[in-house]
Amino acid sequence: MSERTVELEILRYDPEQDEAPHFQVYTVPYREDWVVLDAINYVKDELDRTLSYRWSCHMAVCGSCGMVVNGEPALACHTFLRDYPQRIRVEPLQNFPIERDLVVVMDDFIDKLGSVKPYVVAREEKAVDDGENLQTPAELARFKQYTACINCLLCYSACPQYALNDEFVGPAALALAHRYNLDSRDVGRSAREDVVASNPGIWECSFVGACSEVCPKAVDPAAAIQQTKIASTGDYFLKFLMPWKRK
Amino acid sequence: MSRRPYKAEPSKSGWWLEQPRYIRYMMREMSAAFIGVYALVLIAGLFRLSEGEAAYTEFLDAAKGPAGLIFAVIAMLFALYHTYTWFEVTPKAMPLVFAGKRLPGAIIVAAHWAGFVVVSAALWLLAGG
Repeated sequence: MSERTVELEILRYDPEQDEAPHFQVYTVPYREDWVVLDAINYVKDELDRTLSYRWSCHMAVCGSCGMVVNGEPALACHTFLRDYPQRIRVEPLQNFPIERDLVVVMDDFIDKLGSVKPYVVAREEKAVDDGENLQTPAELARFKQYTACINCLLCYSACPQYALNDEFVGPAALALAHRYNLDSRDVGRSAREDVVASNPGIWECSFVGACSEVCPKAVDPAAAIQQTKIASTGDYFLKFLMPWKRK
Repeated sequence: MSRRPYKAEPSKSGWWLEQPRYIRYMMREMSAAFIGVYALVLIAGLFRLSEGEAAYTEFLDAAKGPAGLIFAVIAMLFALYHTYTWFEVTPKAMPLVFAGKRLPGAIIVAAHWAGFVVVSAALWLLAGG
């Protein structure tokens, strides 16, 4: 009996030789417990060591192996061969330039992430000796789901608004801005507003919701963005009621 | 080693046909257009009413005709779909926390449907059944 196999149709792009990307098909063994990443690793180890891709933890924690598997943004380590047909198409994340093969240039996202100040902006500098900033479980619960983001960029790949206009700050960065805005230790909300509450910020989002559907960590960026829209709209009207609060 | 990142072509106009979830999104957005046209029909009806009984009867007859009925059914289906999608996203936009626990989304959605039924029934009664 011949061994069961899977055909991987992988998008290849060599910046030194290729004008445009093209598909290359590899036949790899099928294993019941293999994920797509295992199959790609098999290609790299046994068939073609020129193949480039990112991966690290193999357990949906590091967020490195985001790819488009059969048209759907997914973590290659989180997608079992057994859930796919015999031929699987693997492409780099959409909406980002391709550096090489399955590796994309993510500079745009890194810049946008930095622009929303994704860290606790404290009320005042505090020495380590002064102890922790305490937080109740209820205060933690307000933002905990948004801390699960692993910056895998599946949401940017799924987002048609980002595809149409790459000025859009995008799902993950806005979800993380919301995460810190909701944090009881943080006072950075007004400092984030110039980026977050702008046209290319939350208002570029038309609530397609694709980001939340593909998110492997149930972060629900779409929810974060809609909640930020409501808060920002409140700010807008409060400005008229309480002009002295204007920055 | 030289860098020469490959930038794919920008989205084509038919981008939304590529994924079922994009099609659902466009249907949701399109549903507003049908509701808008239905509102215009109602305004036209008011205008006909102001022109007198004969004009209004003519409008009512047209609305009861095959074209009027087909449009009403299509507009209603889109309106219901619009309502469904709107209610489905309410727990995302307005999560409610009671006693430190997040209220399950299904309850928020169900409460909206309950409100929908109550308001619809009240309007039905107001309109004389």
